[in-house]
Amino acid sequence: MNSNHRLLLKGNEAAVHGAILAGCECFFGYPITPASEIAHAASELFPKLGRVFLQAESELAAINMVFGAAASGKRAMTASSGLGISLKQEGVSYIATCELPAVIVDIMRAGPGLGNIGPEQSDYNQVVKGGGHGSYKCIVLAPNSAQEMCDLTILAFDLADTYRIPVYVLTDGVIGQMMESVTLSEPKPRKSIPEWALAGTRETRRNVITSIYLAYDDQEKVNLRLQEKYAEIARNEQRFEAHMIDDADLVLVGYGIISRLLISAADILRRKGIKAGVLRPITLFPFPKDVLRSLAKENTSFLCVEMSNGQMVDDIRLSIECSRPVHLYTRMGGNVPSVEEIVNESVKVACNLTIES
Amino acid sequence: MGRKLKFGKPTGFFDVFDRRPGPIKKNMHYCPGCGHGILHKLIAEAIVDLDMRDHMVVISPVGCAVFAYYYFDAGGISVPHGRAPAVATGIIRANPDSFVISYQGDGDLGAIGLNNFLQAANRGENMTVCFVNNAIYGMTSGQMAPTTLIGQKTATSPYGRSVENEGYPLKVSEMVAALESPIYVERVALTTPANIMAARKALRKGLTNMKERRGFSLVEFLSGCPINQKMTAQQVDEWIEKEMIPYFPLGCFKDIAAERKPISRPKPTFDKKKVLNALVSSAGITKWGAKSTVLRKELRVKCAGYGGQGILSLGMMIAAMGQSRDINVSWLPSYGPEMRGGTANCSVVLSNNVIGSPVVQNTNILIAMNQPSMNKFLPDLVDGGILLYDSTNIAPPKTDRRVYAVAASDIAIKLGNIRCANSAIMGAFAACLKGFELEDYEDAFEEAIRQTFRKKKELVELNIKAFHEGRKSVETRNV
Ligand SMILES: Cc1ncc(C[n+]2csc(CCOP(=O)(O)OP(=O)(O)O)c2C)c(N)n1
Ligand code: SF4
Ligand SMILES: [Mg+2]
Repeated sequence: MNSNHRLLLKGNEAAVHGAILAGCECFFGYPITPASEIAHAASELFPKLGRVFLQAESELAAINMVFGAAASGKRAMTASSGLGISLKQEGVSYIATCELPAVIVDIMRAGPGLGNIGPEQSDYNQVVKGGGHGSYKCIVLAPNSAQEMCDLTILAFDLADTYRIPVYVLTDGVIGQMMESVTLSEPKPRKSIPEWALAGTRETRRNVITSIYLAYDDQEKVNLRLQEKYAEIARNEQRFEAHMIDDADLVLVGYGIISRLLISAADILRRKGIKAGVLRPITLFPFPKDVLRSLAKENTSFLCVEMSNGQMVDDIRLSIECSRPVHLYTRMGGNVPSVEEIVNESVKVACNLTIES
Repeated sequence: MGRKLKFGKPTGFFDVFDRRPGPIKKNMHYCPGCGHGILHKLIAEAIVDLDMRDHMVVISPVGCAVFAYYYFDAGGISVPHGRAPAVATGIIRANPDSFVISYQGDGDLGAIGLNNFLQAANRGENMTVCFVNNAIYGMTSGQMAPTTLIGQKTATSPYGRSVENEGYPLKVSEMVAALESPIYVERVALTTPANIMAARKALRKGLTNMKERRGFSLVEFLSGCPINQKMTAQQVDEWIEKEMIPYFPLGCFKDIAAERKPISRPKPTFDKKKVLNALVSSAGITKWGAKSTVLRKELRVKCAGYGGQGILSLGMMIAAMGQSRDINVSWLPSYGPEMRGGTANCSVVLSNNVIGSPVVQNTNILIAMNQPSMNKFLPDLVDGGILLYDSTNIAPPKTDRRVYAVAASDIAIKLGNIRCANSAIMGAFAACLKGFELEDYEDAFEEAIRQTFRKKKELVELNIKAFHEGRKSVETRNV
């Protein structure tokens, strides 16, 4: 790619660039800070290329428009934050059960309630654990730069089609609002219409998309099929980035903006003689269990840093079956911890380690 | 008033209802005398007669018609309660060649989904809404609907609907007819043969409008739910005639299809060149310099001042300068809780390496444009850091750091627009960078100004002027 395809973009804008490169045809959204630039950029760029941008009347409408567009066999997306995601959950449950591909970007803000527009990571549970009703899951990708907002949005569309599943791009307000250089990749060709779609043609006329199964055994079968799919995804799609973890006694774990602070913190800790490393989950579902398990050796302990009350920390503990101590440091309300705070907390944990051993 | 009208099985139905679980594959699941059954037959007949079936998606709502897809030999999708018009919108926007019937009950359309329905109507979506008004929630065993009549007893209005508690029944057709966008609104009744023939005609009119892509049609069908009304089929028809029709008068409320041009939607493009061009041109980059080697170590810059002083664009210009010289950059605005109270700040990092934290806490260069910002961020300035401040607004600080004063606001006022003070102080920033021997910084910064103001082209020259004035003022004063 030539350097002319390197642009200075906000994370939010980069997600739209990624969507367009991925051949996304439809964007439906409802404004909410700190995700609004996604709708702004989509409203500018989608029509330029003859693609669909429509401001929906609510998040309920937006996700159901995505449902319809996805059912038509087209790549479609929406974007929101916190409370808007809460409203979408019923629709996401339908999309997941109907096994339709769709992409949802969530730029997390502070909650609960109306909260504020500052960055948080408190949608983790409602996004990673299913969130709506029923035993479903979505793939969740967690970018930590504008470049990844673009690249992982492209990946999100591909995974959504491969597994016929809704895929979230989940990050915090900092990554959404931050501007960085983004190198554009090659645009993808238009997706061909899948055979299951309601494409408005004679060939697809007898297709039906539904999520209602009155017979309990039929409904159970659907559930079991979904669980098998999730197990397959868990086997194939765990992604993470590791920084100095091979000999680490203290593994710092965080995603989104936190992961970048952790890398700065780990470098400082190494200079202080503390063997720290960083594990950044790139997929939150599937959670990178295998690598975590491999790190849970004698002497290692973990420090999970989150901008929430500690939601991902449960997944770390489950992954390693609580075999090693997992500490937690959190900030909330829109506050981003400083690198110093994280270093201090790490030192505390590391000192306890030495006392323990 | 017997049910004299006889239908053969319309070809728009499947011969055998294989999708229906259980042993019954020939009959529909509706109760005898239910309006849904009649309307289904009218639809099945019409979509074949009008040759729309291959392109048709019939939406199965939440309500007794949830299994509509068992029967129609057309595309089927079951959707969340009330969301049929939103899903329909998604389908026809994604694929304007599709036709969609948004089939909805009175609870679905008039209660939980009223907004989605009205908004689709108001956007003039090319769809036909078949609204089954049976004055009750059929599927969930007879609770009150928005269209339940005054005095009507239901499972949730056991004393009868009252005006005081629930208000008057919702007149949907009248409401929709008052909107500009919809082209056709008619209320019919699925009761007597004459009424059913009128309903058949209205349905076909709605579908024809859609076939001609003229926009949004609503047909409201007054319909019986004998089971929940605890009546026979005949009694419920009489009830509709005597009780419902006087409140919900039949007739056409609006028919302006002929006045509307067919809706046409653009075709999407996936041509690689066009796609990349669209993305690059919106980012506004016109010129690229060679990779700059002048930056020796990471530079962490904080810009701060009042909202309205162009603090965020100042940071953006600095970032754009770095980007155009192939330096890694990050720009992070304060947008959250700190924004309240009218102050603004942003963090800019310029680095040859991968940028870790984009949040600037240990500041190498602080650009302060008002007193509170300077007071707030000066303590974060590292040893050997530089303070650049707008001396029009700020008293000289007591600090042992390197300080550059520039009367940025004065310069901007002299140039005729206070809003270019940010470019003036960026001139001062460029002058400080001289120490880094940034060989072509004027070109790089001018380019950054052009890019940042690409959507306000009239401001470009002014800002470039301010930039150079600011730069010169620092050079002369601090030499
Ligand atoms: C979100 C949600 N809330 C409630 C329900 C339960 N529910 C199913 S059908 C229905 C009422 C449907 O009434 P109406 O739209 O009038 O259809 P009818 O059965 O009368 O044709 C309700 C409340 C649901 N399925 N989903
Ligand atoms: S309950 Fe009422 S609306 Fe539902 S099928 Fe029976 S008669 Fe029809
Ligand atoms: Mg009803």
